[in-house]
Amino acid sequence: MEQIRAIWRYGIKVGIIGGIVLILTALIGMIEVFTQRQIIADVVSMGHALYLAAGLFICYLAAERTTPAKPLWIISNSMFAGLTTAFFLVLLIILGRHVNLRLMFINASDLLLNNLLTFGVQGNDGLRLLLIAGMGVGLFTGLFYLLPKFLRTVILWSLAGSAFAGVLQELIRPILANNFPDVISEWLLTSDGLTLKGALSIFIFIALIVISWSIKGGGIRQGWQGLPKKQQSTWRTIGTIILLAVILIAPWRLGLFMSEVMTIVGLYVLLGLGLNIVVGYAGLLDLGYVAFFAIGAYVTALITSPEIMNLNWSFWSAIPFAIFFGILAGVLLGVPVLKMRGDYLAIATMGFGEIIRLLVLSDALRPFLGGSQGIGQIAKPQVLGFVFKGPQEIYYLIVAGCMLVIFVSWRLKDSRIGRAWKAMREDEDVAQAMGINLVSNKLLAFGTGAGFAALSGVIFGSKIGSIYPHSFNIMVSINIVCLIIFGGIGSIPGVIVGAAALIGLPELLREFAEYRFLVYGIALVVMMLIRPEGLWPEEAHKRELHEDKTNEATG
Amino acid sequence: MDGLDIEIKEKTIHSVIGPNGAGKTTFFNCITGFYKPEAGEILLENHSLVGLMPDRIVRLGIARTYQNIRLFPDLTAIENVLVGMHAHLKSSYLGIILNTPFVKKEEQEAEAEANRLLKFVNLETKANMLSKHLPYGDQRRLEIARALATRPKLLCLDEPTAGMNSGETQAMCDFIQSLRDDLGITIMLIEHQMRVVMGISEIITVLDYGKKLAEGTPDEIKRNPKVIEAYLGQGSAAQAH
Repeated sequence: MEQIRAIWRYGIKVGIIGGIVLILTALIGMIEVFTQRQIIADVVSMGHALYLAAGLFICYLAAERTTPAKPLWIISNSMFAGLTTAFFLVLLIILGRHVNLRLMFINASDLLLNNLLTFGVQGNDGLRLLLIAGMGVGLFTGLFYLLPKFLRTVILWSLAGSAFAGVLQELIRPILANNFPDVISEWLLTSDGLTLKGALSIFIFIALIVISWSIKGGGIRQGWQGLPKKQQSTWRTIGTIILLAVILIAPWRLGLFMSEVMTIVGLYVLLGLGLNIVVGYAGLLDLGYVAFFAIGAYVTALITSPEIMNLNWSFWSAIPFAIFFGILAGVLLGVPVLKMRGDYLAIATMGFGEIIRLLVLSDALRPFLGGSQGIGQIAKPQVLGFVFKGPQEIYYLIVAGCMLVIFVSWRLKDSRIGRAWKAMREDEDVAQAMGINLVSNKLLAFGTGAGFAALSGVIFGSKIGSIYPHSFNIMVSINIVCLIIFGGIGSIPGVIVGAAALIGLPELLREFAEYRFLVYGIALVVMMLIRPEGLWPEEAHKRELHEDKTNEATG
Repeated sequence: MDGLDIEIKEKTIHSVIGPNGAGKTTFFNCITGFYKPEAGEILLENHSLVGLMPDRIVRLGIARTYQNIRLFPDLTAIENVLVGMHAHLKSSYLGIILNTPFVKKEEQEAEAEANRLLKFVNLETKANMLSKHLPYGDQRRLEIARALATRPKLLCLDEPTAGMNSGETQAMCDFIQSLRDDLGITIMLIEHQMRVVMGISEIITVLDYGKKLAEGTPDEIKRNPKVIEAYLGQGSAAQAH
């Protein structure tokens, strides 16, 4: 008896949590909104994928927690978790039949409760089907958990890959249409979602890659390390050239929409790299960073636009001024907050960001800064009559800006100044006791970061042509901090990966913008739990792991 | 602290001892610029140090370690040492971005010197490990290497043998002695363990309640009744006689 209760315990506990989470997901309307996009046409929508994925995850957790880990216990626990979760949903549906839930939860529609949650089957049959499906998912997950680890990895990667391909069809479609014969695109994609055979082929394709990598991967890595230094650097150069070529032709191969997305990501890469110097290297949490972005954009607008100052200078002449004023603002902000640390610094800088936004918004400064109407007719960059007007042209400007900023960050990183910043981040008192002048080094960090942001602001202003105060709200600062943390704090490639994931993905999934910050929050929490160092962490950590392995091998 | 007057002679190993709360670490913090004394003077070769920021004082030649090791945990061992050399490097911001020949040369030399220092403290094989992952004894020695990187004339060690067993303590004592003998650095030592202090110091100053209780060679201190009383409590003095 005692034993049987113990078997139930894990499954039911996890199932209760899972049930509550799923009810909330359903009631805030996520499942219903997500069903609008098909992953596999007419088979699985994104809403159902989310629904099933949540179920699988819950059962997997239950299976993982089962002790002792006997096969029968694992399967029964996993099934209990699925059943409990389904039971909660059944309760919700029954409640929905008797009470008008929409008074409180606007999204609790009839369609959601009596169709989507029960896989399209209505009435009591639907409820029965839901309970059976819960157990089925549990059984499947339990069996899956018992598979050897290798098989599990292959299946997980392939499933995730197919789902990703379905979610990101907007990205895949132009790539296929512009670069490959129509046959492939017809094989894989319908007008909405993947085809079933397409999804299967992606699944198999990824499975093959994962399998061959795990067989050959170690050998390739060893072979790479065995190569002489000179050959390695030749290959690296070749790789860099290919990468550059891909970056340069990308906008023409991917089309207008993707180019637009890439320019937005690029602007955030610029901003992220600047803030990375302040937050990642020097450890100064700056939440008012958007202010420097705004200053760059407004200086450009004032100098190049016929409105307000009527100077009509060219875009290029605006760059040095904008960067100069950006750096100046960075240093001016730096002086009063020199003595502040941690939370106090974050709050003070946040205030600074809001002050700049409110200043440009204010009626008193309207004759000089345009107030809420903003400033329009900002000049587009021109070279010898060639005008950078669309996203496909502006893209090159942004790539150039990113390269400059990456280069500067990379040079500073392991230099005398970079080390001083990192020392301040680790322990300000000791850094000072090692002969580091805190004042000048902090101001250098603030100034450099602000300069990068101002550069980003210049390109932003010119790209959209007219700027308004509301483009520079605090969410921009928060987004940048998030993408740095997500990518790996203090890491240059991390910023790029983080920007692509947190800025690029939501642009591709525009219709779900409502849930953007919810997903952000979940992503950050999950990240902190399973990979706190970020997607692409700083080199020192990797270098050390590598060292450990070689030490083990020799020692 | 009150009416404290200590003179540290060049190239000596000078220990400061005293019971808990005697003001030893406070004394250190005054010298290295973290606290500002309310009154009085601190002179290094006739330059006043009072009111200078810690980073200025390091540049003048006083380096320190901490009682509870304070390395930069997420930097590697060699980076820790390189940070110590900060004050003596001259690369400018623009120079670094353009990677001028001067910067290249300076970085190479700095790295070579950092490696030499790591070798001196027996850490040359662990240069690329994050300092937080080093074992305790290594961390102590790395902290000293970092302090040495500032090229000090006077090195202040705050309980360098805290938390060590007798074998490690002996090794550390030999090491401290070699610092003075091989590098010619004046060393000021705060210690708790009498045995360490007696073994390696030339002069000992005893503090109690922020005042100087006694000063002299180890032998003199050992026989001083006031010291015995402060250290071992009242009544013990009589037994020792």
